[in-house]
Amino acid sequence: MDLTTGYFWLDTLIKVAVVLGLVMGLALPVIYAEVKLMAHMQNRVGPYYAGGRFGWAQPIADGLKFVQKEDLVPREADSAVFRTAPYVVIMAAVATFVVIPFGPGVVARDLDLGAFYLLAISSIGTLGVLMAGWSSANKYSLVGGLRAAAQLIAYELPLLLAVLAVVIQAGTMSLNGIVEAQGAPLQIGSIQVSLPYILTGQIVSFVIFLIAMVAELSRIPFDMPIAESELTMGYLTEYSSVRFSMFFLGEYASLIAFSLVVATLFLGGYYVPWVSEAWLNAIGPLVVFAKGALIVFFALWIRSTFPRLREDQLQTMAWRWLIPIALVNVMVISFFKVVI
Amino acid sequence: MTDNGSPDNGQNGNGDHKKIRFPFPGLFKGLAFTGKYLFKKPATVFYPDEQEIPVPRARGVIALDTEACTVCMLCARECPDWCIYIEGHKEEQEPEEPGGRVKVRAELDRFDIDYGLCMYCGICVDVCPFDALFWSPEYEYSEHAVVDLLHDKAKLTDWLATVQPPPPLESS
Repeated sequence: MDLTTGYFWLDTLIKVAVVLGLVMGLALPVIYAEVKLMAHMQNRVGPYYAGGRFGWAQPIADGLKFVQKEDLVPREADSAVFRTAPYVVIMAAVATFVVIPFGPGVVARDLDLGAFYLLAISSIGTLGVLMAGWSSANKYSLVGGLRAAAQLIAYELPLLLAVLAVVIQAGTMSLNGIVEAQGAPLQIGSIQVSLPYILTGQIVSFVIFLIAMVAELSRIPFDMPIAESELTMGYLTEYSSVRFSMFFLGEYASLIAFSLVVATLFLGGYYVPWVSEAWLNAIGPLVVFAKGALIVFFALWIRSTFPRLREDQLQTMAWRWLIPIALVNVMVISFFKVVI
Repeated sequence: MTDNGSPDNGQNGNGDHKKIRFPFPGLFKGLAFTGKYLFKKPATVFYPDEQEIPVPRARGVIALDTEACTVCMLCARECPDWCIYIEGHKEEQEPEEPGGRVKVRAELDRFDIDYGLCMYCGICVDVCPFDALFWSPEYEYSEHAVVDLLHDKAKLTDWLATVQPPPPLESS
């Protein structure tokens, strides 16, 4: 890890390349998994011919198709904002990867305020969505953008409170610190074990975080901002070509990022008991990805199972149920933190 | 009607008292359902590679029995899309014995159905008084050009071979 110390720009460049490669390299398999798993859950086969076997090349073919299309900007649109919005979204999604630890040393930047940074940066994506909705000069886009804003504000709170509960229990905001806190051995009876937070009192936070995460990503039970049947495609209505695929990629990148965050905050992150730090750096990424893949699978499963909620039901769920439960949860966690 | 005032239901218009139902069992039932299908073989038939076998009474295509047709034009007149084209002429048959009456018989010259227009309503099949039209489950007659979907008498007669026997009558 000390190989590049002193070479700040080289260091940064390598990290940027690795993170970007990671995002692109992971988004395509996730897109493929989504179409394939969803197809099988709906008694279909899904892509079958692209690439020869099992349609493995379908996401690549889709990407190439998007690149070939004409990049349209509506005449009435606020051109500059319209053109920047997709890049804001994908930038926010990629920037999340900065603080996710893949091993004790394998992290782009171990911020002391990691959890805070995470929540802050995920709100910038919302800004991009709002920019897209407003600048498109289209009523569907506008309604979609406003719905997205309302939804993301509503679900930012339970998300934040769920993370807060974890931060209180861990006593640190650094994501590396949170993983280490989960690795700390617990004395149960006569044996010492280290358990992830989902098993040591954070189950409520976990469920709240999962629900708020799906809402924050505006994926299917909570996809009112793009609701095809009511708003054609919501804030994406006017987008085509590369810009559309940027939104698409951003959505999947943030799905992966949030799944890795869940793995880090609640499922123990890269930590494996009885393994030295050097080995943790090697196998840590695989462990985190495996745990993240579980969460991604769950998100895809939810998507192919549940119907879309109504706008008022969505708001009711956040303000009336999730936020009070999350507040009580934070109080209980802090109580036990002080007592134990 | 509202016995123990449940303020959570803003919209119980029919006056029935609703209880707040815990949504979770239903959610898990749904997840179990889709999870079960994930491991089942999909229902998809890979059509060009595999033949799909339609049910015997499927409305694939309309077949014609030229022997039974009397050129009465009922089908062409009842067709909502006007997609049946019939032409015919009358032929006089010599009387079997001298002094007998001259019989007139209708000969079918043209019987075309434009499958580009047909909406598969089956009114022609129902209306035919001499059972000259039948439903056949045959479905592979797509063409590259729309005009080629106008199939003629010979093609319609070929499809007669694919017509399935009618189901047995119900015992009353």
